[in-house]
Amino acid sequence: MHYRRPGLDRLSHALLVLCCLLFLLPVWLAFTASTHTPGELYSQTAPLWFGEAGWDNYRHLLDGSVGGLGTDVLTLLINSTLMALGIAIGKIAISVLAAYAIVFFAFPCRRLCFWLIFITLMLPVEVRILPTFEVVADLGLLDSYAGLILPLIASATATFLLRQFYLTIPPELVEAARIDGAGPWRFLRDILLPLSKTNLAALFVIMFLYGWNQYLWPLLITNDADYLTIVVSLKRLLTSADGLVPWQDVTATAVLAMLPPIAVILLMQRYFVKGLVDSEK
Amino acid sequence: MSAPFQRHRLTPWILMAPQLGIVLVFFFWPALQAIEQAFYVEDAFGLSREFAGFANFQAVLSDKAYYQALGTTLIFSLAVALGAMSIALLLAVMADRVIRGARIYRTLLVWPYAVAPAVAGVLWLFLFDPTLGLISGLLGNIGIGWDHKLNGVQALALVIMASVWKQMSYNFVFFLAALQALPKSLLEAAAIDRAGPWRRFWTITFPLLSPTAFFLLVMNSVYAFFETFGTIDTVTSGGPGGATTTLVYKVYQDGFVGQDMGASAAQSVLLMALVGGLTWFQFRYLERKVQY
Repeated sequence: MHYRRPGLDRLSHALLVLCCLLFLLPVWLAFTASTHTPGELYSQTAPLWFGEAGWDNYRHLLDGSVGGLGTDVLTLLINSTLMALGIAIGKIAISVLAAYAIVFFAFPCRRLCFWLIFITLMLPVEVRILPTFEVVADLGLLDSYAGLILPLIASATATFLLRQFYLTIPPELVEAARIDGAGPWRFLRDILLPLSKTNLAALFVIMFLYGWNQYLWPLLITNDADYLTIVVSLKRLLTSADGLVPWQDVTATAVLAMLPPIAVILLMQRYFVKGLVDSEK
Repeated sequence: MSAPFQRHRLTPWILMAPQLGIVLVFFFWPALQAIEQAFYVEDAFGLSREFAGFANFQAVLSDKAYYQALGTTLIFSLAVALGAMSIALLLAVMADRVIRGARIYRTLLVWPYAVAPAVAGVLWLFLFDPTLGLISGLLGNIGIGWDHKLNGVQALALVIMASVWKQMSYNFVFFLAALQALPKSLLEAAAIDRAGPWRRFWTITFPLLSPTAFFLLVMNSVYAFFETFGTIDTVTSGGPGGATTTLVYKVYQDGFVGQDMGASAAQSVLLMALVGGLTWFQFRYLERKVQY
């Protein structure tokens, strides 16, 4: 039979393994570099294996004795976590409600509301940097968690994904709930939310990664290092020293900035893939 | 669809309020302000301003740097989209072949998606550091001097590589899902008709993947346009000599660093028009793509 070709399969495996290793290389090198002293790093090209200074490098970062940041990396990690969770939960919460209203209720301007949310897809933060900054400044939200989170929690994507899912709920189910005397809030809490658990998990992964990896927005609105996120702090580290880049600190911070989102994506991979692929439809 | 909860008048508004509020305050209000600002000239201290008509737009559109940024954006987006998509397609086709292990390979290739663009930039910056980078060292051994701080082409190449590295996994997930959903009977029929794997790929698999590929092309362009801001800012800060300044980076530079509000707002408006056009195009096309 011509269908299977063992030779081609073996070639595929070989190339796949090679590519997996190549994709790992930048992370591996950052990880090994983060365990060396600056002296060791600058005496050769980047080391492929671990050094002895790992504990010291990471401890100095976490207890805040590394200059140039103005804060310790533990604070940065906490800020990033709060921002990512706030954005993920906020986006999901307001999108659940909006999609519920659009699908299950009749009200004037239903289509208009739908389009207003839809159009936000065309207005990412990046195209309206300055005016958004001014609005947030006028509201007194600079250097605050609310300022980091609120402007980013509108979500056309989540609203659409949930709307698509709600449209597949059979009308008989709503009818049955109504005959049993359930009002709209009761139906939402006891029937709709439990049914959409998988979709919510999928959205959570995508939105958590989105929130954790934000760069431009936190860069704009945080002057105070106490509200800085770990992803944004990297540039400060890179440019803090006048001469040589303190690569042991930069790579260690990069490793710490990568670990939480990578853990989330690997642990919730099934939901993540479902969420991504569903969002295409 | 008929709405089941007909008699509730207030409830839908309570449900809509949070999303609508955020959208109006943080999206439409700033967007309108950007449009307004684009028609005014402000003095350096922001104390007074006067109506300027299309002067800001004229200034932007007659600025050489703007066209340089436009060119950079096009090259950058095209390179990122094509690079990330072709590598992903190749890997997905191979992972789909091997049947056993496709899921393990997905796990091994999906994680770069979780890495922030700025972090991806830092990782690649380290690989190509002129003094201690591994790859720049290897290139030096074969006689290619690497210094992205001076060489614009190398700087752009570095930003492209970091962006492709991160974006590949996104495309891989989609291509693999699309490949696994292909009707197996078609491929088996072609195999019985003695079409080899190469031929099967180009005559059956590839055409059937085209809707996914088109969708990914749009998504990759959006990614290259907007989300790579972090990569560019950490790796090159738009330099050297504007070689890696994309349109989005220029809005940030002119407005936030250079404090030229009118020019920045005019660029914002142009960008909105561009993104609006792209989105419209995508949806027109996506309507039709479903029938194949």
